[in-house]
Amino acid sequence: MSDSWRQPRRILMAGLGLLTVLYLLAPTLVIVPMSFTESRILSFPPQGFSLEWYERIATDRQWSSAFVNSAQVAVLTTITSTVLGTLAALALARGRFPGKTAVNGLILAPLIVPIVIVGIGMFSLYVRWRIGGSLVGLVLAHTALAVPFVVVSVSASLRSMDRNLELAAANLGANPRQTFRRVTLPIILPGVIAGAIFAFITSWDEVVVAIFLTSARFRTLPVEMWEQVRQAVDPTVAAVATTLLVVTTVLLLILLVVRRPVAAR
Amino acid sequence: MSAEGAHEGPALVLRNLRKLFGSVVATDDVDLEVPHGEFLTLLGPSGSGKTTTLRMIAGFTTPSGCTIEIDGSDMTRVPPHRRNVGMVFQNYALFPHMTASENIAFPLQMRGVSRGTIRKRLDEVLRLVKLEDFGNRYPRELSGGQQQRIALARAVVFRPCLLLMDEPLGALDRKLREALQLEIMRVGRDLGASILYVTHDQEEALLMSDRIAIFNKGRIEQLGSGEDLYDRPASLFVAEFIGESNIIRGRFERDGRAAGWVVGTPWRCQVGPDSVQRADLDGGAAAALVVRPHLIRILALTDDAPMHASVVDGTIDEVLYLGADRKYGLRLADGQHVTVREQRQGNERVWARGDAVRVTWAVDDGVLLADPAG
Repeated sequence: MSDSWRQPRRILMAGLGLLTVLYLLAPTLVIVPMSFTESRILSFPPQGFSLEWYERIATDRQWSSAFVNSAQVAVLTTITSTVLGTLAALALARGRFPGKTAVNGLILAPLIVPIVIVGIGMFSLYVRWRIGGSLVGLVLAHTALAVPFVVVSVSASLRSMDRNLELAAANLGANPRQTFRRVTLPIILPGVIAGAIFAFITSWDEVVVAIFLTSARFRTLPVEMWEQVRQAVDPTVAAVATTLLVVTTVLLLILLVVRRPVAAR
Repeated sequence: MSAEGAHEGPALVLRNLRKLFGSVVATDDVDLEVPHGEFLTLLGPSGSGKTTTLRMIAGFTTPSGCTIEIDGSDMTRVPPHRRNVGMVFQNYALFPHMTASENIAFPLQMRGVSRGTIRKRLDEVLRLVKLEDFGNRYPRELSGGQQQRIALARAVVFRPCLLLMDEPLGALDRKLREALQLEIMRVGRDLGASILYVTHDQEEALLMSDRIAIFNKGRIEQLGSGEDLYDRPASLFVAEFIGESNIIRGRFERDGRAAGWVVGTPWRCQVGPDSVQRADLDGGAAAALVVRPHLIRILALTDDAPMHASVVDGTIDEVLYLGADRKYGLRLADGQHVTVREQRQGNERVWARGDAVRVTWAVDDGVLLADPAG
């Protein structure tokens, strides 16, 4: 009796799960077929099959320069925020200094403060510092947004690391710098890489702060998309969106591999 | 292979070693001198300060006051990486991202030793711990015992004059522990290094050490050879900590110039002159007599007591069969317990619960101590 009662219940649960997944993914995935349409306007369902819009990304000056800008900003942001975030995590985990809790809170603040407020604040400051609408300005802004992700990820690695390993290194004759380079860094590397990937993604698809800090001469890909969608509904947007999606997905897959515990590898 | 640059004096000198964590005293007044080549064990219950002492010698913890001299130089304020002291951790602390060989080569690389010499020393030390074929394995591919041997190899490969070991066998099962105890002793002897060994296992301490320092509440309670501690414990704490012991409590009574008695109701045990002199108690003081279970014999009430023996009557309370031994629990008239361990020979008399008996031991086998609880 319980079986006959359970069977329909299981089907119901599976159906609900499927609907949830569909609800979460459909708006993202609908873009992908739309990018291969032959039609001149963005529409669903797509008509025919064409790679024309992908070609446009490469040939159109505005799109291609936006792509290069985005990549530059994301790579530079990744480098700066990974270095700063790793050092900050080390200081928070190993250092002994007053106000540690406060510093930790400040570093993590960009995760909590509404992004529009951060954007407006940075806009007013950066214009005064004359770095608004420039590569440097956007990299600095994105670094502030990405550092907390690196700190959280690296801190988790440091917490799970055996402190005796650092003591053993010192005991065996390694000075603090050698201990970090030969022992600590290799062991927390998965956490550092995960943090770097988060940092890259944070910058790669960031649009709110970027709108405040870019200009007509210097635009990132998400900003260019936003501008284009407001003016004309051109399927290139769908092609760009699909490209962004692929890059992000690949990075998240790498993250899954990196994050697997050592024992499982 | 032997310790390099060993000078004439002791390998390690500690004077007034003291460590406070906040207001909690972790160690106090620890004085210790370890000659070259000695195997000295710090033995005590957990929290007694033995590991803290070891960590101060390694330089991981800064002492609140004292001097630490290693091989003749003052190391009190020297950072750990310049102390040239080997250390083996309880959890091995092998670097998980390096192979066994890379782990062992690490201290040599830090000292700028040439590649050729590293290869040579690596072979030597792997042979020493009998793991020649395991150099290319990662720590996670090695068993617990193999990891511990690699950790030992890594700690001795740079030939320190002092080797610190913090409960190195604590995580291993009994059989493996016994094999590795002998191996550590052999490696220590081959290298001629002084070893400072921390454990809470008294059997391990007795087996391995030249001398043992018993730690209690951050202080050294007694320092001596295993035999000293076993035969002549200086306090009840030591008597209870090292080996099995009977502690019979009563009052001390002088008898003439030298000898004395420990008196209870309604019994009294004679104490030998040596022990009376060492204990130096006033007549009427609370006293305890310590007698090892294997030194006591059980007689029938009708038997005559031998000469120069202490005699007490009691009732058999418990009989335990332990293979080679048989263990009896007895209750004295005033309710105190006495344990007797008798080796089985096949023809001895076997007692049963409820038998009224007489126990006896040679007067000189009883150790008289002050009883702080009395």
